Parts: sequence; C-alpha cells; structure tokens
Amino acid sequence: MPKHQIDPNNWVKLYSDYLFNYTITRVNDREIAQDLISETFLAGLKSMKNFKGEASERTWLISILKRKIIDHYRKINSNKGKAEVRMTYNNDLDTEGDWLEERVADSTVKTAEEDLVNSELGDAIYDCLGKLPEKQADVFKMKTMLGYDTETICNDLDITASNLWVIIHRARTALAECMQDNWYK
Amino acid sequence: MKKSFLFINCDEAKHICDKAQYDEATTWEQFKLGIRLAYCRITKKYSSNNTKLSKSIEESKVQCLKTEELNKLQSQFEKELAKQQQD
Repeated sequence: MPKHQIDPNNWVKLYSDYLFNYTITRVNDREIAQDLISETFLAGLKSMKNFKGEASERTWLISILKRKIIDHYRKINSNKGKAEVRMTYNNDLDTEGDWLEERVADSTVKTAEEDLVNSELGDAIYDCLGKLPEKQADVFKMKTMLGYDTETICNDLDITASNLWVIIHRARTALAECMQDNWYK
Repeated sequence: MKKSFLFINCDEAKHICDKAQYDEATTWEQFKLGIRLAYCRITKKYSSNNTKLSKSIEESKVQCLKTEELNKLQSQFEKELAKQQQD
C-alpha cells in the first residue's frame, strides 16, 4: 500500500500558501506566481495517475511546480530572443571612474547561503503552520504575514477582537513550541 | 478582587506581549509589561519565545496569498476539478 494518498479536493486549502511562498521567492511577481500555482494544480490533476504515493502530495506538487518555474524562465528567454547585456556608459569626464563603484558588489545583497537558510526557515514555519487548526492558521497568516488590521480580520471572519487575540495567542504559543522543537534547537 | 493599577497578572502580560509583536500595545501597557517582566519568569520566557518567533518570521520573509487571491485560485481549481470528474 502506498505511504501517501492523493486527494485534490484539499490541495488549494492545504498547499496554496506553501507553493506561493516557494514561487514568489523565485519569480518575484504575485500574478505570475499565482498563474504558476494554478498551472501546477492543473498539471497535478492531469497526472494524478502517475502519483505513486512514495512522496507526500506536497513534495509531488513542488516537483511539478519546479518544472513550471523552469518553463516560465525558458519562455521569457525565448520571448526575448537571446539574453542580451547592454552596458551604456558615456564618456563624460565628470563621471569618470563612477562605473567601477556602481559595479562593486553591494554589501547589503544577501548571499546565496543566506537565501537558502531563509528558504529553509520559511519551510519550517510553514510546516509548523500546517499543524495548527485551520482557523488559527488563517487568523495568524492574516495578522502576521499579510499585516491586515484587527478590524478587517474581525469583519472578514466574523469574530470579536478579544476572540482574535485569543486565537493569535494560541497560534503563537503553538508555533513557538513547534519552532523550538524543529528549528531553534 | 480589585484589579491592580500597576501590577498585571500573567495572562494579561502575555496578551500585551502578543499585541506588542504587532506594535499594538500602548506605552502604558508596555510599561506594565516591563514591570511584570522584571520579576515573572513565566512572562519572561513567553516574551522571549514570542519575540524570537516574530524575528524568525521577519527574517524568513515568508509570504502567503491574500484572501481574495486564494478564493480566486479555489474557484478556478474547482471548475477544473468538476471538469475532470465529469470526464
């Protein structure tokens, strides 16, 4: 019997945010990221028969998404023709030597290693979020990641402000504990 | 029991600490939390874990879909799912 079962009915609810976070860091455009996720789900639906159950649904969907992201960049490059690098520097004596400073690596730019750590940290946060009850996770995401104000969340979810803070408290306590076990130690 | 003007209980301190993570605690609340932090180990531990969590979330730059974006994705997918189930 396969280790993992497939059930597309819950894909959007369970994996959209995780896939979105994965995609947005790679394409840096919300619209494109959403299109790629949508395409991933559709491709997943079409190739459900190929799911062997050895990996989790999430891992399987990520592998499809990775291919979609690569295809996206291939498409961009073929649209542009060949990648072209143009450097236009004038010969103005007043700006002589400036080009070198402009090209010196910015110390504030993150290294690939830092990117990787942040990406793994993001995965750990999403893993912990996935363990929370749905409502707690939703409220936490709206308040913490999307930065919605208390009133908006209360109106959207039809809850009182004190109810919201109780939910936030439970979510934060559970998340901190989960992160303590899985990331900080 | 009469509520103290200056000294708060642990639950109230945790609530203020949560609000402080979102910059929603008033200066007076933060002051009261500060007093509690000076002598309560439980509050101190909670505050430390809470701050660590906020820092991790900030550092990871983790992002998620807005409610309307999620709803759009859900309705698009449901249509496709219905089609698939008909075939």
